[in-house]
Amino acid sequence: MIRIIDYGVGNVQAFLNLFERSGLPAKRARNSDDLADATHLILPGVGHFDYAMRSLNNSGLRERLEDLVVMQKVPILGICVGMQMLADSSEEGVLPGLGWLPGCVQAIAGNSMDDSLPLPHMGWNELQIRTHHAFFPSAAPEPPQFYFLHSFYFRAKNQSDVIATTNYGFDFDAVVCHGNVFGMQCHPEKSHFWGEHFLRAFGEL
Amino acid sequence: MLRPRIIPCLLIHNGGLVKTKRFSEAKYVGDPINAVRIFNEKEADELMILDIDATVKGKEPNFDLIAKLASECRMPLCYGGGITNVKQVQKLINTGVEKVAISSAAIARPTLVAEIANAVGRQSVTVVLDVLKRQRLMSSTYEVCTHNSQQTHKAEIFSLIDEFQKLGAGEIVINSVDRDGMMQGYDLELATQVKSLVKVPVTFLGGAGSLGDLSDLVSLVGTVGAAAGSLFVFKGKYKAVLITYPDRHSKNMIFQYSSNS
Repeated sequence: MIRIIDYGVGNVQAFLNLFERSGLPAKRARNSDDLADATHLILPGVGHFDYAMRSLNNSGLRERLEDLVVMQKVPILGICVGMQMLADSSEEGVLPGLGWLPGCVQAIAGNSMDDSLPLPHMGWNELQIRTHHAFFPSAAPEPPQFYFLHSFYFRAKNQSDVIATTNYGFDFDAVVCHGNVFGMQCHPEKSHFWGEHFLRAFGEL
Repeated sequence: MLRPRIIPCLLIHNGGLVKTKRFSEAKYVGDPINAVRIFNEKEADELMILDIDATVKGKEPNFDLIAKLASECRMPLCYGGGITNVKQVQKLINTGVEKVAISSAAIARPTLVAEIANAVGRQSVTVVLDVLKRQRLMSSTYEVCTHNSQQTHKAEIFSLIDEFQKLGAGEIVINSVDRDGMMQGYDLELATQVKSLVKVPVTFLGGAGSLGDLSDLVSLVGTVGAAAGSLFVFKGKYKAVLITYPDRHSKNMIFQYSSNS
């Protein structure tokens, strides 16, 4: 069972709807009992880093997640702020991240080469695929396009973890994978064809 | 490269979808849930849904309806109408809305923008400015209005934009009241002035009557949001109600215009 981690932050229903369309069984997980049958985990997230971390820390889910992800190696996919939470730390807040995905979260402002670009980075942008993966259709006529909405980005510690990058004045790590831990800065649940393909591929891992 | 966002803007009035002309003459165009489903199939870039009753009637957002729309919506959704406090915004974000649009409440109390940005992050805060063009002898000026253009404000549009983006707006939407429903093109003069000033994403609404109007906008001002109502709900010169949206090829053409500018 694909379990969407419901800690009060992020659009759980959007993921459930997409998995239902794909014919893959998915349910929300509100407490640690709900996680008992998890074969795949999705960690959504929006808003401020500390707010999201605090909500997860207070959800009663963290200990069980720790066991599933770190000990049992269940695949987990963090989306947007959910991806950033998997990191070691974030410039946006003071709370530590989960530390399951080596790297840190930084502000786009000050790291982009082009200060004239509007922030937040909002809208549809292309992924440059670095490592071919079932997440993306192999015979696609054009580069994958996904919806982005963020002012901070994840910077992988190991470049070998990077699956795809996106350019917004500079190249940043948009899709990363470290063992069973996956992160995606953009929103597959709001990215139509590309997003559905991506989530289906994750659910079939 | 970031693409211009082509955004259908849907207006809710008495529980149904309507399209207005210069903010009046509301014409019924269908059911909101059905429209969201059609835009899903057409893979719209983003959707903006504005409840045009809530603020004038002093009502809260219709959370039940918005939750239904958000759960149906497979593209990013911006909701506006009747929002006056942070609690409502948190509730909306938790029902699955990506962005909330505020207008009259922000003009009445600008610090609300900062409060919302602190609570949910600035990427989810859209400030909508409804503007009326006042033609003067030698030049034109713009007046900001609220409550479906029934109330006008003294504050100057460009200083308001500056203030809101400093306070934490993640997006500014400029809605040209006098072009609403006219389908004769965007106010390109205003768009140029606004784009030169803003540091956050900006979206223009009001006036688009053809895909050429969208191209004209992005070729002039670059990568912005191009929003439209009539263009995506009416078909032909008799304005039969039919939901349409450009296909991938047409969108690529519009994108090329923006990248050449």
